Amino acid sequence: MDHFPTNWGRPRSEAVDLYNTYPLHNRPGPKADAFTEGVQRTQAPIVTGTSVLAFRFKDGIIMAADNLASYGSLARFKDVQRLIPVGAYTVIGGGGDMSDLQHINHLLEGLIIEELCEEDGHALGPAEIYEYLSQVLYARRSKMDPLWNSLLVGGFKDGKSFLGYVDLLGTTYTASTLATGYGSMIAQPLLRKYVEGREETLTEDEGKKIIEECMKVLFYRDARSINKYQIATITEKGISISESLSAHTEWSFAEKIRGYGAQTQ
Amino acid sequence: MAQQRSFNPYTENGGTILAIAGADFAVVAGDTRQTEGYSIQTRYAPKVFRLTDKAVLAVNGFAADGNMFVKKVKQRLEWYKHAHSKDMPLQSIARLIQTMLYAKRFFPYYVYNILGGIDEQGKGAVYSFDPVGSYERETCRAAGAAQSLVQPFLDNQIYFKNQTGEHPTHLPLPHVLQLVTDSFTGATERHIEVGDGLEMFVILARGRGSQELEGVAGIREVTTSDERERVFVINRDLKRD
Repeated sequence: MDHFPTNWGRPRSEAVDLYNTYPLHNRPGPKADAFTEGVQRTQAPIVTGTSVLAFRFKDGIIMAADNLASYGSLARFKDVQRLIPVGAYTVIGGGGDMSDLQHINHLLEGLIIEELCEEDGHALGPAEIYEYLSQVLYARRSKMDPLWNSLLVGGFKDGKSFLGYVDLLGTTYTASTLATGYGSMIAQPLLRKYVEGREETLTEDEGKKIIEECMKVLFYRDARSINKYQIATITEKGISISESLSAHTEWSFAEKIRGYGAQTQ
Repeated sequence: MAQQRSFNPYTENGGTILAIAGADFAVVAGDTRQTEGYSIQTRYAPKVFRLTDKAVLAVNGFAADGNMFVKKVKQRLEWYKHAHSKDMPLQSIARLIQTMLYAKRFFPYYVYNILGGIDEQGKGAVYSFDPVGSYERETCRAAGAAQSLVQPFLDNQIYFKNQTGEHPTHLPLPHVLQLVTDSFTGATERHIEVGDGLEMFVILARGRGSQELEGVAGIREVTTSDERERVFVINRDLKRD
């Protein structure tokens, strides 16, 4: 047995340093091991979530996402919660790669515990979580090893509501209505029509109706969506995330469609 | 190796910025729309930032890089202030920006910078940069999505290009504000990535009166200390379509 502990667990080095001319702690060795070729960074998302919607209303923030995690066009996992409570004041809604989202959740859990242990009476609010996420995602894109997500951060703390967007490039912005992915093309115009200029008067019930309408339109048009979604509200009273809901949909018109599909006449 | 699809770390977030130097003032402006492709991400994302009481920086291009760059410049200026108990002179900020941009020559900040303010002689100054740090001092400069629409207008109205007869070397402040407003309403009409809001910073040289700014709609002062250069912000609406 080698009696230099620094050599334990390392490849035998006679081949590279025959007469032990290098100090023990930095013996020359192969820079890359046999696995370097096999190390893969996220080049593309694998299991993905689709849109997240959120907007401001008179008492805080309302946010929604469906429960589907797709594997390509396969509806693979149909009971996934994409709305994640972080601390007591913030909810993040995530689209894009679901494993990266779980990793982000893991980072945030660590962060919240760290802050809790300080016991200094300062809890992280939505603005801090937003800043943290934007720095993490920007740092990862700068390493060319992105976290393949687009996230909405919604929260309510100290009498103020907060709503922001962060994505895999580190791009950030805030607005009174936000949507990710397909929702940014299909639901965002509807949200702007219903919400812009009415942020201070919209009630929670009206907000939930708007969400239902948008989730229904998304289910009709987005092939990576499912009619099973959750709504989160973040207000003075804290976070509440609903059970899974589904919107009433109407398909009888499909019988009359002619010109494409399986039917011949 | 498995499927090799490359990740593109850049995007373009639209918008336009503009700065004009006067004899004893400078105006730095930008629209507040942020876009990606055909989508408007938000109607209010500032692109123009007060660095000191005599320096204002406008950033345009890839918004994430822009925000990070401004953050780092502000940090360096704070360190300078702690070390020397004064604000960094404008020409030094310009050189600092060039070094910081060139430091990332082989993974650049995809950002066009325009720095406006008051120089050590108390004169209005504008410095413009490319993404890797080439820079020069100018009287006026437009950059961003509608650069090709705004710069020729400025060449004609500020430098009097293609005009005959006598013309002044420096224009008065109200006239410059008019030109800036017109530049942006014009760009909003003809460019889809420009609109929503206009944010104009006005920097006045030490001891210069501010009468011309009285009664201007949507103005507020953001100066941080007395008896020095003064900084104002003017917010205007632009078309949202």
